[in-house]
Amino acid sequence: MAVTVYVASVIQRAVGDQKQLEAEGSTIAELIDDLESRYPGFRAQVSDESGALHRFVNVYLNDEDVRYLQGTGTALSEGDSVSFLPALAGGR
Amino acid sequence: MGDAEGRAPGAPQGSAFTPEEVMRYSRHMIMGPVGPVGQRKLRNASVLVVGAGGLGSPVALYLALAGVGRIGLVDFDVVDLSNLQRQILHQTADVGRPKILSAQESLLAYNPHVTVNTHGLPLTSDNALEIIPEYDIVVNGADNFATRYLANDAAYLSGKTLVDGSILLFDGQATVYRPGEGCYRCLYPAPPPPGLVPSCAEAGVLGAITGVVGSIQATEVFKQILGIGEPLVGRLLLIDALTMEFRMMRVRRDPACPLCGDAPSIHELIDYDQFCGTPPLAVAEGAAVAAGAHA
Repeated sequence: MAVTVYVASVIQRAVGDQKQLEAEGSTIAELIDDLESRYPGFRAQVSDESGALHRFVNVYLNDEDVRYLQGTGTALSEGDSVSFLPALAGGR
Repeated sequence: MGDAEGRAPGAPQGSAFTPEEVMRYSRHMIMGPVGPVGQRKLRNASVLVVGAGGLGSPVALYLALAGVGRIGLVDFDVVDLSNLQRQILHQTADVGRPKILSAQESLLAYNPHVTVNTHGLPLTSDNALEIIPEYDIVVNGADNFATRYLANDAAYLSGKTLVDGSILLFDGQATVYRPGEGCYRCLYPAPPPPGLVPSCAEAGVLGAITGVVGSIQATEVFKQILGIGEPLVGRLLLIDALTMEFRMMRVRRDPACPLCGDAPSIHELIDYDQFCGTPPLAVAEGAAVAAGAHA
């Protein structure tokens, strides 16, 4: 299941400085597995050792926060987009 | 508290607009959804801007230009040369001066009809519930997580709408939190560990993106005051300056939110430095002294 992944600037370094890439998976968890296999260290940017998403990183399926869906178990469909968005604090 | 009020000498304060004001605001007043009634709403409004830096500068500037009657600025910092790449209220001669003073001077130079209140100390748990209730709307231009959670909680507990914006590198975000319709804690339940998400000072920021996000925040303030349009409530606007793509994500009120959820556990302000695991903000000596003297 190929989906488009958007990565906020602050964690783009974890995916080879890409802001948009394709990844595979039938769920968010599998998508993260795919990204981790290709970009070791990515998982730690978005989840803890147990696989739970960090509370300061939001993951959106299309425009919906996956916390309000089925979390990392949220199913993906062909053509979906998934965005990884850590909190930003910059104002100055 | 280091508070002070600034108004240009001889600035008119009456209820009727002077011919000069009518001309000054004419491009707004000729628009149907604004008109003289809307312009009066702007003049009667008060807005607190937290931070007089990258975001606070364009927000406060557009509020002043539009004739928002009373603008509050909270900032404890002094102008640094590295600020001038983006913080448009401050100029080269202001380096070393308290930001609230250079900001106040700039705003009054642009529009002497507005009042600019300065609060020359950091927003803290001790003063936030004194300062925020003095204003109708709060704008967040803070540069750290502790102040962002503090402003969020204090605005909610005060029943005030918070117009939020943030920036880093080439990215910007903006949203509006109206009490009862979601808050920053609903969006991000916990701050990142200290040092994980860099600041603008550490990672950099495109100067112009502060103007983009700040202008959007000012626009949302106008919509709130005028009661027009569709506010950015329940929506998070994401801006990528490099692709110039604007995307929108949903923001939901989290029923489990400790602040605005169904069974809230936060009923008063907490220690936000402890919550975020960060050291307390260090107040620049020159800023605190100058603000006190100004009051």
